[in-house]
Amino acid sequence: MQSNSTHQLQGENLSCTRDDRELFTGLGFTVHPGQVLLLEGNNGSGKTSLLRIICGFREPDTGAVRWCGEEIPQSQYYSDMAYVGHLDGIKKELTVLENLKLSLALGQPGKLTIQKALDKVQLSGYEDTLIQALSAGQKRRLSLARLLITHNVLWILDEPFTSLDKQGIELIESLMAEHCANGGMIVMTSHHDVNLQGVDVQRIRLS
Amino acid sequence: MAMFDAFAAIVRRDLVLAMRRRSEVANPVLFFILVITLFPLGIGAQPKLLQAIAPGIIWVSALLATMLSLDSLFRSDFDDGSLEQILLSPYPTSILVLGKITAHWLTTGLPLLIVAPLLAVFLGMPNQSLSILLLTLLLGTPILSLIGAVGVALTVGLRRGGMILSLLVLPLYVPVLIFASNAVEMASSGLPVTAQINILISMLLMALVLAPWPTAAALKMSINS
Repeated sequence: MQSNSTHQLQGENLSCTRDDRELFTGLGFTVHPGQVLLLEGNNGSGKTSLLRIICGFREPDTGAVRWCGEEIPQSQYYSDMAYVGHLDGIKKELTVLENLKLSLALGQPGKLTIQKALDKVQLSGYEDTLIQALSAGQKRRLSLARLLITHNVLWILDEPFTSLDKQGIELIESLMAEHCANGGMIVMTSHHDVNLQGVDVQRIRLS
Repeated sequence: MAMFDAFAAIVRRDLVLAMRRRSEVANPVLFFILVITLFPLGIGAQPKLLQAIAPGIIWVSALLATMLSLDSLFRSDFDDGSLEQILLSPYPTSILVLGKITAHWLTTGLPLLIVAPLLAVFLGMPNQSLSILLLTLLLGTPILSLIGAVGVALTVGLRRGGMILSLLVLPLYVPVLIFASNAVEMASSGLPVTAQINILISMLLMALVLAPWPTAAALKMSINS
């Protein structure tokens, strides 16, 4: 993992309107390496919309998102970020290994090999299992394993703890803390309390 | 080259998926075979008439079979979030989309090409036009996949996009149909077909160069909804 201190994610004066309803307006933030930006708020308060704006899927109605000072979308940004959304983005007719191999081909190799990443998320031994046969929590852990095998600095996570058990949540929290300790950054939403020790967590409350 | 690896990985993945969803993928070919085998029964004992309209029958069936298969091009990727991951890849989306279109042609266009000679014989097409039929299918079906991809990318976010898709894509398919079936017809009367073949080649090259970009842009738009 690069602990390049020049990486920086910035949101400036962002606003988003959906179906004539103003979700947020004049929102700004800056995330530096090692930091976590936690978006909080009730259902429908615009957390996912904001994440999708940060991903570049959606254009903000005003303002801009900048990566290292440059407005997205830009190619450097996409090789530095990884996104795990509501949808797992894994094919249920493929095996665990086939899914991860595709993710690896679509990105650039990261610090862990597929085997090591599977060990980390406690899915080793499932390499040749079809996704159909996995439980919801295992699928979730697989989609998070994608973060480990590709090169990335910024993780964008939409409700990463959904359908994970207590042990799974602790596991992901430890991976997140490790990512931040290595100079990575995370933007995430969560309904659960996030327990990240020794990590600089910024909170934005949307209402 | 990393970009080529990504392209190849997409093609390989879609081929593996096609193997595992065999019944779904076989549908367009079955449709193609069924429609063509029903024609002689419907027309009755008029071999001359059948022979005369054979190029049209084969090409119209190929066109409809391709249209039938279009929706599956991006549907499952859209539904399970794989499309988001493809769009977030640092590699150009148009290249990755071209990978998906290639796999689509390999699983729908190529099978049509393989069964076509048998069906042509079945319709009583003269031997000298058989090679031209195969050539037009070889050039024409990739155009259908490429043009179709733009239409699907525009409508994949809509819940009932099927009707709009046909309206969008069908007019663009018409030139391919005209030139391809005309070429086969001319060939069966022993006339030269270089002009039609050249036009099909130019349409294919144009579609190959021009279709992936609007497809990528339309996918970005569809995912936004």
